[in-house]
Amino acid sequence: MIRLVLQRIALLVPTLLGLSVLLFLWVRALPGGPATALLGERATPEAVERINRLYGFDQPLLQQYLKYVGQLATGNFGTSTRTNRPVLEEFLNRFPATVELTVLALVIAIGIGIPLGYVAARRQGRLTDHATVVASLIGVTIPVFFLAFLLKWLFAVQLGWFPSAGRQDPSMVATHPTGFYVLDGLLTREWDASWDAIVHLVLPAIALGSIPLAIIARITRASVIEVQNADYVRTARAKGLRRTRLRSRVILRNAMLPVSTTIGLQVGLLLSGAVLTETVFAYPGIGSFLAEAIFNLDYAVLQGFVLIIAVVYALANLAVDVSYGLIDPRMRTR
Amino acid sequence: MRTFLRFAASGVAVGLVLTGCAASDRDGGGTAEETSDGARDTFIFAASADPASLDPAFANDGESFRVGRQIFEGLVGTEPGTPDPAPLLAESWETSEDGLQYTFQLKEGVKFHDGTDFDADAVCFNFERWNNFTGVLQSESLSYYWQKVNGGFATSDTPSLNGTGKYESCEAPDATTAVINLKSPLPELISALSLPSFSMQSPTALEEYDADGVTGEGDAPVLPEYATAHPTGTGPYVFDSWSPGEQVVLTANEDYWGEVGQVKRIVFSVISDATARRQALQAGDIDGYDLVGPADVDALKEAGFQIVNRDPFNILYLAMNQANPDLADVKVRQAIAHAINKDALVAQTLPEGTEVATNFVPPSVAGWNPDVATYDYDPAKAKALLAEAGKSTLTIDFNYPTNVSRPYMPTPEQVFTAISADLEAVGITVNPVPEPWSPDYLDRMQGTPDHGIHLLGWTGDYNDTYNFVSVFFGAKSNEWGFDNPELFQALADARYQPSAEEQKTAYEEVNAQIMDLLPGVPLAHPVPSLAFKPEIQGYPASPVQDEVYNVITIED
Amino acid sequence: MTEADLTTAPSAGDPRAGSDDVGASLWRVAFRRLRRNPGAIAGAVIVLAFVLVAAFAPLIANYDAGELPGRADVRPTFIPGPSDEFPLGIDRYGADLFSQLVWGARASLLVGVLSTLVGLLGGMLLGLVAGAFGGWVDALTMRAVDLMLSVPSLLLAVSIAAVIGQTSTSVIIAIGVVQVPIFARLLRGSMLAQRGQDYVLAASSLGLSRRTVTMNHVLPNSVSPVIVQATLMLATAVIEAAALSFLGLGGGAPTTAEWGRMLTAAQNELEVAPRLALWPGVCIAVTALGFTLFGEALREALDPRSRKR
Repeated sequence: MIRLVLQRIALLVPTLLGLSVLLFLWVRALPGGPATALLGERATPEAVERINRLYGFDQPLLQQYLKYVGQLATGNFGTSTRTNRPVLEEFLNRFPATVELTVLALVIAIGIGIPLGYVAARRQGRLTDHATVVASLIGVTIPVFFLAFLLKWLFAVQLGWFPSAGRQDPSMVATHPTGFYVLDGLLTREWDASWDAIVHLVLPAIALGSIPLAIIARITRASVIEVQNADYVRTARAKGLRRTRLRSRVILRNAMLPVSTTIGLQVGLLLSGAVLTETVFAYPGIGSFLAEAIFNLDYAVLQGFVLIIAVVYALANLAVDVSYGLIDPRMRTR
Repeated sequence: MRTFLRFAASGVAVGLVLTGCAASDRDGGGTAEETSDGARDTFIFAASADPASLDPAFANDGESFRVGRQIFEGLVGTEPGTPDPAPLLAESWETSEDGLQYTFQLKEGVKFHDGTDFDADAVCFNFERWNNFTGVLQSESLSYYWQKVNGGFATSDTPSLNGTGKYESCEAPDATTAVINLKSPLPELISALSLPSFSMQSPTALEEYDADGVTGEGDAPVLPEYATAHPTGTGPYVFDSWSPGEQVVLTANEDYWGEVGQVKRIVFSVISDATARRQALQAGDIDGYDLVGPADVDALKEAGFQIVNRDPFNILYLAMNQANPDLADVKVRQAIAHAINKDALVAQTLPEGTEVATNFVPPSVAGWNPDVATYDYDPAKAKALLAEAGKSTLTIDFNYPTNVSRPYMPTPEQVFTAISADLEAVGITVNPVPEPWSPDYLDRMQGTPDHGIHLLGWTGDYNDTYNFVSVFFGAKSNEWGFDNPELFQALADARYQPSAEEQKTAYEEVNAQIMDLLPGVPLAHPVPSLAFKPEIQGYPASPVQDEVYNVITIED
Repeated sequence: MTEADLTTAPSAGDPRAGSDDVGASLWRVAFRRLRRNPGAIAGAVIVLAFVLVAAFAPLIANYDAGELPGRADVRPTFIPGPSDEFPLGIDRYGADLFSQLVWGARASLLVGVLSTLVGLLGGMLLGLVAGAFGGWVDALTMRAVDLMLSVPSLLLAVSIAAVIGQTSTSVIIAIGVVQVPIFARLLRGSMLAQRGQDYVLAASSLGLSRRTVTMNHVLPNSVSPVIVQATLMLATAVIEAAALSFLGLGGGAPTTAEWGRMLTAAQNELEVAPRLALWPGVCIAVTALGFTLFGEALREALDPRSRKR
């Protein structure tokens, strides 16, 4: 198992190197080049030239690339041209917000998706099943930002049940030792701050969790149906295994294998979806920051965030594979 | 000028009404309730972005200025509700005959937030600091306004900035008298000093928190502790905290020399999306926001929210690039001007109260000329002019920006669409060229000759004609693509006219000259609006956004 | 590594699909199964309606794409609703909403089909090379595919669109390129599965060249999961195009008849005319639903495992 993990981490290195080359060339291929992002209205050509000199955009490509990789190695991902702060700092400032959001979205997706899929499978062909299948199909086909918008319009603007934007009520005074607001409230015993943070998370998390929820429900349903009909289940049933034990130990456990892989795959989807959801809810995470970077063509941020997100994504998948190994008895023997 | 649009604003002089309100409110009592309640002394305003820098000397964007106005004050302020200069930290000033020496009498007994005295030495410290910026500090993204107004620095690696400034020295003959000496006249100095970039900052704090220690050579500038966590001025609010991407919090300065208002805590909540700002107000999460979309005005009013307008101090125009051979023909430019139905454009796409423009300056600026050539809407004449020019089948690039809302241009896509339809109606084929605002759009318009007709505009930084017309037509530029030394000279001459009256006449002539040349079509002076909860009273709307929140009152 | 190839790949291993004759019956059986599936019929109806509207847009729409017949009636705070002349009302610019939606179907079909084509061709090329040669070529190609999959799809699309610029072509390319690794893996996976099959070994031992075996036997039998995937990808493409529009990367004039753009623009008008957001949103969701239903049904119908039952 440890070998597998090390192997996977070693494989990550060439991928990241390849990605760094691509990202580096990508920024250089941009129309107008990176210097223009720094200059405002009525900028003179001399100013462009000065910026190019100052930032080293006029040096040979290879030299620029080596410098770039050297900086990456020391954790220097460049500086946002929009906020003038280091990209890594911007990322770390906002990462807790996005982690809270994606975790809650995933909790919603798993917490509702698996039972829903299971129930649908147990009642295969009946109304519950059809309703689940149709609902999950619709869940996948509504554009995330449209759903987010509808939720916000209805529950925040019209009904006023939830806040429409942000992570915390602006008039609230709270301390944030970790940056994870829900956790912070618990640590500092500012229960109202924790609660406020959760209330702010609900709508964005539902919007963000909708697609994973639909996918997880479908996979669970398909997987449970397949396992139910598998020979070993029939054998177990024939042997007279108790129904509850059969369900919990045999069916659920075996059906969860493909589901756990699917959950890992949702991480990428969640990060993509966060760009749209966080923008709609003005939620200060990495997604809304990325959307801002796209609008303002803040290439340093795009470049840095894509690289960091690729690492996070890879690590998340690795974690899923490891957990897969823990569930799957066949993997465990190796 | 980055600020060009970012900031903007103008508005109806609510200021007068406000002060009245403030006074009566306080007399009206209820203070006990307010203080015990506590919740209603917080004012939450939605900002569209984080401030770029809390050190206003390094700022040139509207959001930094919005925050900076609360913390800092300059020698000169503005008359409430107008763009005109008024005493602030300087109680009065005198200008020498030759325009080379300015003597400021300073307000007594003012202290910075850190307890440092505000005196003539502090004034000189700030001027000397600006003039002695070196290295990265001289980049346009930081010390933009000092560069633009003064024209250079004490020393610089860039020849065009090396010792080319007009500022010469500052003297402090006594604690309340500061004397600024210039190398050559700078007629707009007093007006310009009302910009937040020229706010007075505490010399002690500047040194303690290494205000000039901008790092990141060979990389983008990284601001020092002062500009991110310790801004120290004399204003009615003290910096409390800043969570980037989320909010900036200020608290009342209880030792403020002026009126300590009802608002004890200001939260600038960062909401970048315009729709999200409106919904945050509707959901009750914020007290107000800026740049209300023209479409939302009625719905917000109906729902009981207040709409506060700023006096328009701006111009939206359609530029016609003469580097393009078709547009070099004045008949084609006249045809385009006659083809555009400005009245319909304003009625269909711009906020209520917006006036159609005839000059490149708003009517409130000295030098606006009522008798310029106006090119009224006349499609038949437009077609005739095109035929005369031999360009009956003309195809033209139309550049416009996307994903942006500017005070002078709340809805660029709509303005583009309306004008395109007008042009197509007289037989011109429009080739749309949309680009994201920054950096592509501005870079193309101002950095290259590669564009046709395009939408752009300007909001005045302070009340000075030069700050409008010369920005556009002061020298040969890529944006307009023409070279007319005569016009350039006329503008330079107008700037240095000895009396205000002569200056006004000179600018009027220049404006007439410009409209005869017709480098572009002035379209409108759109009204920028803010929206507030019903209980927010006395928002000091200002055409140049000089809005300080200590005059705001919050009703129960 | 995607949900799609995980669930479709196993379907390739049909042991009986050896000859053209059996291959044809595979499709015949699939068709019969499709006809009995209500989901498939609903999907097919939606897809057919969508394609017909797109194809005959000039006949159905009352106005040209981007034409602004109601321009004079629009005010900043008022947009006229449905009337005799404009069945669904007009939009912010004065275009007939119904006509714009009809023309939008054409745009969506174009983006969907072309981008899927880009993804399919790119993926086939990579997958074919990897699957056919194996060894280090396979390893290298799959590394490249991993590289592309290491970035979440929307970010990849955004990065590509940001470089090429704001045009509808760049949206097609961006969405297409994002699909390349998915198709490449799928194709390679199913070809590898085929290679181990007895009929391939038999063909090889008969002395057929590797090229002949690949082209005449392995490829045709690897195709059905690819067709299923392509159908599902059309749904994804329609949604992703809307997302790119939302992020301001759509290109074209503001009056361009494109659902994603219309939906995004309408969010600013929610106070004035909520219907402007409703219709394009419904069109996107229904179209995506149609392709998904049809694709799912197709997958089930072609899946030999489910056929056994």
